Amino acid sequence: MEQHYPLFYVFHFYLFGVVALASAIAFVTRKSPVAAALWLVNTMFGLAALYVMLDAQFIGVMQVLVYAGAIMVVFLFVVMLLNLGHPSELADARGTGWKLAAGLVGLGLISEIMIILRAKLPEQLIVPRDFNEQQLQKLNAVGAVAAPLFKDYLLAFELTSVLLLVAIAGAVILGRGRSVSAS
Amino acid sequence: MLAESLALTAALFVIGVIGVLVHRNAIIIFMCVELMLTAVNLTFVAFSRYYGMAGQVFVVFVMTVSAAEAAVGLAIIIAIFRHRQTINMKDINLLKG
Repeated sequence: MEQHYPLFYVFHFYLFGVVALASAIAFVTRKSPVAAALWLVNTMFGLAALYVMLDAQFIGVMQVLVYAGAIMVVFLFVVMLLNLGHPSELADARGTGWKLAAGLVGLGLISEIMIILRAKLPEQLIVPRDFNEQQLQKLNAVGAVAAPLFKDYLLAFELTSVLLLVAIAGAVILGRGRSVSAS
Repeated sequence: MLAESLALTAALFVIGVIGVLVHRNAIIIFMCVELMLTAVNLTFVAFSRYYGMAGQVFVVFVMTVSAAEAAVGLAIIIAIFRHRQTINMKDINLLKG
């Protein structure tokens, strides 16, 4: 099933993969939320590059705009609002016992995932090898995602708008705090 | 590139899980959840090369849900901070019993 890739492609795939992985490790070992957020943005950029290499150009752009842009800015805004700059406010990580337990859970999860990876993909679901390239050529990067989104998954798309409305209303009500009970 | 993508997904997801378990800062725990969601997105994109464009559509949905989750979750964190003056998970243990 795997096709042959040029060395240039493979090299850059591994490069961005290592960038994403190293940034994730740096992210999880930070104590300061701001440093962690910036490393997480780096991870997001590496993943966006991988999306582009995997023929998902639109998703790559959305990754940079939504994750690295919008969501991480919201996180940094909250860090700013809470004013956690001085070290005494920085929550310390858990003790060695917790770290060991977390490592064990991680090992268990990763072995579980590796076992799942041995499963055989159902062949009858697999589309022809150049199907996505054809779609991309016919409909452009955005159209290839938009066509199934607005045809096959229209109901889910409309329900998403309800979800976003509820989330916005909930965030506003939670953020207003005391004035809600007063009014 | 499917195997490499899935291995990277597994590594990123497990890093996210370990971060959730190890950290006590609510904001960092939240960011670890975001990392886990992003790792799953990579699986969808990698499989979408073999199973058609539906995987990329699902990534759009996951991104929407994670944006909504970030908005509500951070509002909750702000509300907790206003109430208790801390976001350290050590001090937020009302349900611990």
